[in-house]
Amino acid sequence: MAEFYHAVTLNEEMCVGCTNCIKRCPTEAIRVRNGKAVISSERCIDCGECIRICPHHAKRAHFTHLTKLSEYTYKIALPAPTLYGQFNNLDDIDYVLTGLKEMGFDSVFEVSRAAELVSEATRKLMEEGRLKRPVISSACPAVVRLIRVRFPDLCDHVLPLKSPMETAAAMAKEEAVRETGLPIEQIGCFFLTPCPAKVTDIKMPLGIEKSMVDGAIAISEVFPELSHKMDHLKSVEPIANSGIIGVGWATSGGESAALLNEKYLAADGIENVIRVLEEIEDERIGDLDFIELNACSGGCVGGVLCVENPYVAKARIQKLRKYLPVSQNHLAGGPIPPVMEWNSELEFSDVLTLSSDLNQAMQMMQKIDEIESQFPGLDCGACGAPTCRAFAEDVVKGVSRKTDCVFVYRQQMKKVASTLSQLEGDAAILPKKGEDEDAD
Amino acid sequence: MSMLHLTYQVPGDDFTRAGEASSDVKHKLKKLGYDPDAIRRVAIAMYEGEINMVIHAGGGEAIVDIDPDRVEIRLEDQGPGIADVEQAMQAGWSTAPDNVRTLGFGAGMGLPNMKKYTDEMTVDSQVGVGTTVFMKVFPGKKE
Repeated sequence: MAEFYHAVTLNEEMCVGCTNCIKRCPTEAIRVRNGKAVISSERCIDCGECIRICPHHAKRAHFTHLTKLSEYTYKIALPAPTLYGQFNNLDDIDYVLTGLKEMGFDSVFEVSRAAELVSEATRKLMEEGRLKRPVISSACPAVVRLIRVRFPDLCDHVLPLKSPMETAAAMAKEEAVRETGLPIEQIGCFFLTPCPAKVTDIKMPLGIEKSMVDGAIAISEVFPELSHKMDHLKSVEPIANSGIIGVGWATSGGESAALLNEKYLAADGIENVIRVLEEIEDERIGDLDFIELNACSGGCVGGVLCVENPYVAKARIQKLRKYLPVSQNHLAGGPIPPVMEWNSELEFSDVLTLSSDLNQAMQMMQKIDEIESQFPGLDCGACGAPTCRAFAEDVVKGVSRKTDCVFVYRQQMKKVASTLSQLEGDAAILPKKGEDEDAD
Repeated sequence: MSMLHLTYQVPGDDFTRAGEASSDVKHKLKKLGYDPDAIRRVAIAMYEGEINMVIHAGGGEAIVDIDPDRVEIRLEDQGPGIADVEQAMQAGWSTAPDNVRTLGFGAGMGLPNMKKYTDEMTVDSQVGVGTTVFMKVFPGKKE
């Protein structure tokens, strides 16, 4: 396996070694070691839950900074529709898009335009009927990564289409090459991202070899300058070119509503996503064609790199969509363009299994069961692992010692103390010379 | 003696907890890196059996033995028993009460699904005494 890149990282200086993040992580990827959180690279899915929960702001997301724009002759902004929900009293998306041009982008290509094409392609693929039902959306990169490490049996249910971001980048670059005559290397596409999972998705994409996107800039990074520019626009350019369907992708339920088929479910928030995946795996969810899953509550509007409360953003987007056409972007007809499809399958990554050797794994689990029974079951996290079970696993793997558990440690100390006092008692029986008993 | 021996008490009066035992078995099999197809079949068959114990028998006990070449599931209850096992094995045949059906259960697919997803299954039942369902799942796809 190639090296891992993660957008979610730790600022050691700010980490106090508390237990908030270890308890929150959906893949049990974090441990506290020597008073600092350590993120397991193989397990992390870049969902950003630890960033959200950390009271000390020690978890950070890496993203591209605006300074990187200068590396390209022609710069294209790819705003996620979530961006539109960040502004108060906005009644025209063109204010945002024109503002982006004022910030130094040569052109703007709305990701919602590509989302409309992805929706149409999804409808087509679903009609063809060759996809395994229920089809699971591939739009949230944290969810795709979660499936890859926790749900081996669901990998082939994931929709094999590129995300709207990728399709938007491909279309925007092609358009720019045609219009400017510049070589493609001089054209830079920057996604304005609500979450760190998208940053990772650009560096280490799944389903495709290389991303067409050159950088992902946090919405929170562009927000201050962009809102300032928007307040001082001299004129507003007509750039916006997407409809209810495309803009709707910003919130949970938007992607599935675009399928124009009521046999769907949309779940958001990582715990809810996990519950739904468990039930699909057990075939407890019947008669649904499509499952939309978003790791963040509310959908992309809930991303940790947004500035606005997700539900406020959702309400604003609803209002903005109201007078838009249903959809403004359509496939040319005929088959789905191959550039929109994944070119490799999603493969299960067994980073959570105990051992690649089944016999050995079973022996380890026997030991884990045995050791776990010696722990108090409080899941206090003081040992640095999220649960007593996870801690028992760490002990068996040899990365922790049983005495890292404060309860086991206390028991052992009591034993030592009672042995000592016994020894002392034995010693007291011996005759003492010149020593007063009151001395202690 | 199997390599891993797990026992679960399945409560009979709490629908919201139904499925916990099969879910735990599924998690353990995943941790072991067990064959994914076998995991899926065990999870579905055991879930169905667990629900049956809750609906019909007031709970019971689930005993699971895991070995590299097989998973054995024994579901034992002291419920009313099944008068005609052959009939109960027919798809769509159910004695589930209405209140259970409104929850989406009781479609008469429990036992047929358990049979469908396992490699071997036996049902021992005596009216007024209880029912024991014994299932085996071998790694790999069922033919």
